[in-house]
Amino acid sequence: MTDASNTPTDRAADDRVLLSVRNLHTTFKTDAGLVRAVNNVSFDVHRGEVLAIVGESGSGKSVTAMSILGLIPSPPAIIEGEGVFWKGEDLLRVSPSRMRHVRGNEIAIIFQDPLTALNPVHTVGRQIAEMARIHEKISKRAANKRAVDMLGLVGIPQPEKRADMHPHEFSGGMRQRAMIAMAITCNPDLLIADEPTTALDVTVQAQVLEVLLEIKDEIDSAIVLITHDLGVVAGMADQVIVMYAGRQVEFGNAQEVFYRTRHPYTLGLMSSLPRLDDTGDEKLLPIRGAPPSLIRLPPGCAFHPRCQFARENCRVDVPDLRVVEGENHRSACHYAEELENVDFRAVRETTEV
Amino acid sequence: MPSYILRRLLLLIPTIFFALSFLFFLFFVLPGDPAQLIAGGADRSPDPGVVARAADRYGLNDPILVQFANFWKRTLQWDLGESFINNRSVNDILGEKAPRSLRLAFWAVIIEIIIGISVGLVSAIRRYSLSDKLATVGTAAAAAVPAFVLGFILQYAFAVYPQKHDWPNWMQLKTSRLGPDSWAFFAFPMEDQWRYLILPAFTLAAVSTALAARMMRGSMLEVMRADYMRTARSKGLSERAIVMRHGLRNALIPVITLIGIDFATVIGSAVLTETVFSWPGIGSQIADSIGSRDLPVILGLTLVVVVTYSIVNLVVDLSYAWFDPRIRLGQGAEV
Amino acid sequence: MTMVDPHASAPAAGIPSGGEAGIADVTAEAQPLRADVIKRFVRNPLAMAGLSFILFLILVAVFADLIAPYGFKESTQPRVSRAGPSSDHWFGTDIVGYDVFSRVVYGARISLRIGILATAMALTIGVLFGSAAGFFGGWIDSLLMRITDVFLSIPYIILAISIATVFGRSENSIILVLGLTGWLPISRIVRASFLGLKQLEYVEAATALGFSRRRIMFRHILPNALQPIIVYGTVSIGAVILSEAALSFLGVGPRPPTPAWGLMVAQAGSGSLASAPHILFFPGLAIFLTVLAFVFVGDGLRDALDPKLK
Repeated sequence: MTDASNTPTDRAADDRVLLSVRNLHTTFKTDAGLVRAVNNVSFDVHRGEVLAIVGESGSGKSVTAMSILGLIPSPPAIIEGEGVFWKGEDLLRVSPSRMRHVRGNEIAIIFQDPLTALNPVHTVGRQIAEMARIHEKISKRAANKRAVDMLGLVGIPQPEKRADMHPHEFSGGMRQRAMIAMAITCNPDLLIADEPTTALDVTVQAQVLEVLLEIKDEIDSAIVLITHDLGVVAGMADQVIVMYAGRQVEFGNAQEVFYRTRHPYTLGLMSSLPRLDDTGDEKLLPIRGAPPSLIRLPPGCAFHPRCQFARENCRVDVPDLRVVEGENHRSACHYAEELENVDFRAVRETTEV
Repeated sequence: MPSYILRRLLLLIPTIFFALSFLFFLFFVLPGDPAQLIAGGADRSPDPGVVARAADRYGLNDPILVQFANFWKRTLQWDLGESFINNRSVNDILGEKAPRSLRLAFWAVIIEIIIGISVGLVSAIRRYSLSDKLATVGTAAAAAVPAFVLGFILQYAFAVYPQKHDWPNWMQLKTSRLGPDSWAFFAFPMEDQWRYLILPAFTLAAVSTALAARMMRGSMLEVMRADYMRTARSKGLSERAIVMRHGLRNALIPVITLIGIDFATVIGSAVLTETVFSWPGIGSQIADSIGSRDLPVILGLTLVVVVTYSIVNLVVDLSYAWFDPRIRLGQGAEV
Repeated sequence: MTMVDPHASAPAAGIPSGGEAGIADVTAEAQPLRADVIKRFVRNPLAMAGLSFILFLILVAVFADLIAPYGFKESTQPRVSRAGPSSDHWFGTDIVGYDVFSRVVYGARISLRIGILATAMALTIGVLFGSAAGFFGGWIDSLLMRITDVFLSIPYIILAISIATVFGRSENSIILVLGLTGWLPISRIVRASFLGLKQLEYVEAATALGFSRRRIMFRHILPNALQPIIVYGTVSIGAVILSEAALSFLGVGPRPPTPAWGLMVAQAGSGSLASAPHILFFPGLAIFLTVLAFVFVGDGLRDALDPKLK
């Protein structure tokens, strides 16, 4: 959303906006050069909504989340932008003590691998209780009780016993639920889930996602879901951002992005997935080529070397993220309009493998 | 877990058996004529009376296997023999010298823990800063200085020089032949006596402190990169709490075992340090006895040291398992 | 005396990246020391300082006859003992009247000779035992490990003293002693490397191609297992010199008037501390700088081979 009058959308009114990211840039200084991991990203998150950020590894989705909470070590990273507005306050320019107050209390994050993300020498209960004790003036006993309650809330059986165990004594799914329990302890208004289901079996995935949704509905909070798994997105997301090489390439609600795709990259993603309603003869189309090096981005549109619709000027001009349908659906492609009638099924049938 | 402890204990016995047997082999079998070696060393001609006594007392003229059996019989009955120099029972010598060595070792370990861990910790937190670079060079230097050289230098700097130049008494540290005489609670020197303790304790601690600091730095650096540190930050913890509560506990695990294993280095350094400072413990006794080839004393004290060392090692290994829940609880109950 | 911590110095085995079982990898010889490793080492000021000092020391040892103004057991005429540093005697004279400077210079020869030979011996034995244990596994491994356990249960200096007491006082017996005690940690490291490397894919590939076990062991595993050994060996020379000094100090090393540095410190002892500290100071300084140089070089090698650990 780069137009100055960033009137939101047909969805909710402005006072439901919790997080407003404006022109976020996160750059890493390395010996080999500048890595633009996050390049001019802007979006809003509203109460009650699930925003999914989708992309391959290296697309910048995790870095975006970490940058919001200032969890990226600041040399070597440089985080700049117009602002990251949380309930009006710019987190990029806020004092460290205020930031510490926001973390965990107002915005909480769930990490990808719960085994390494939890401290192996402390019990799970203690780590959850710690969250409560940091932000609220409660006694140790009360905090421990809260920890047990939280574990129960996320569906872990025998929570009193489990609270005294260490992380490696839990199974993968339970560990992830324990992490969720820890994150929601202080009822944060925004939950950022970084690949919450990648390390899990499919059945467990479903359970974990359900838990997330229940909690969101319960306290009317919001979720930012970071994933590369389109299936997960389809089931849960209200709004979708597609990222490629650090930039946003498409934005819209789930219907728009999935069924009225307006960016070749998103189209490629859709076409490469098998679907339940396939008959079995369809081809699976990988997107040819490989993600670009973030140090030496291709000129113009970063996707053009792999794009089957690329034209001359794609090599020269960087496309802006602009509205292509309705008031909400945006795409960063010069020829987004031409994709209006292109359906990924058609793409699959007509493209040579 | 209990089976693990049991297994280790059982393994300990043959290890000690072979180690002590090796020492027996070394002292009694290997030299061409043990009597010569015992009674005078390769460079002095022995007093025939002493040689005869030795042969008699230790059955040196018996066949080797008999000697071996007798050696073990004696040892298990705690008969370690008598000194050739003054005929004192080795047990008595042990009883007199061991507490002194233990006191010195105690203080050296305290110094090692306090200074070593703090230096390592600060070094890791302020990585690449001036203090880190100084610490790196400092620890390398401390590890490189031989204990005996350091001991003499410290003596000169803090005791001899001030004395020679008549510095005020409070600035002088003492070195003497006896070490502190009055101790409270076994290990705490009374009144003025601490002056005798400082220099030897620091000298003894020097190398181990350096190693502990380096190990702590390495361990801490690795811990700081861990994911759970980022999680702790995302919860809103202050930097200090993150380091202390989450980082330290994990970083200390390998360091604790190093400090235990260091015991061997301490024993080694102790021989040198005690000699330099004339601290009358086991170490200096061994050193003295080497010169006079007083074999029963050397052998007897060595046996005790070997057994103690093995036990300490075992305790340290087991405590490692206790510190790290991942090991203590095994694979855990996966549900 | 393990003055320098082998665990802190030995890096993870330098395994080439990937471990892809390409035929080319399997038939290729071991990689030479890569240029970027050398570059990183050279950029390390402490390591380069250490290396320079070692080279300097080697020169001093080789050209001792030319550098030392006096023989190492040459009495001054007229006999002047315990004299402080002067233009005649840069480091002064010792208790007996020998020139300390000359003795320190000749001492370099002794220290280096003992250090290098003992380390070479320890490395040979250690690599043999360790690779056998790691490669063949099974009962050979268990047996060798039990043997090293037994020896490791005796504190290093006690072991060294005991062996030295029995072997008598000479340079060669010290070399023997330190070589026979030094191989223990080396065999552990080599064994660990072998155990790790054995699992890699390219070893499987080599076996599948029918290469003999010996060939696999020597041509493919050993060169990679050697990297931690290089670091440890370097540091070990310094540690051996330190141990030799300690043993000489205790009186089980070479006999007087051999100008072993440790012996010189012992002879200075507490007797002369007040009156003639220089007798103690200069050999002590020599030991210190030498060991320190090896520590820096060892650190530098380790950092150059695996910079992540820094």
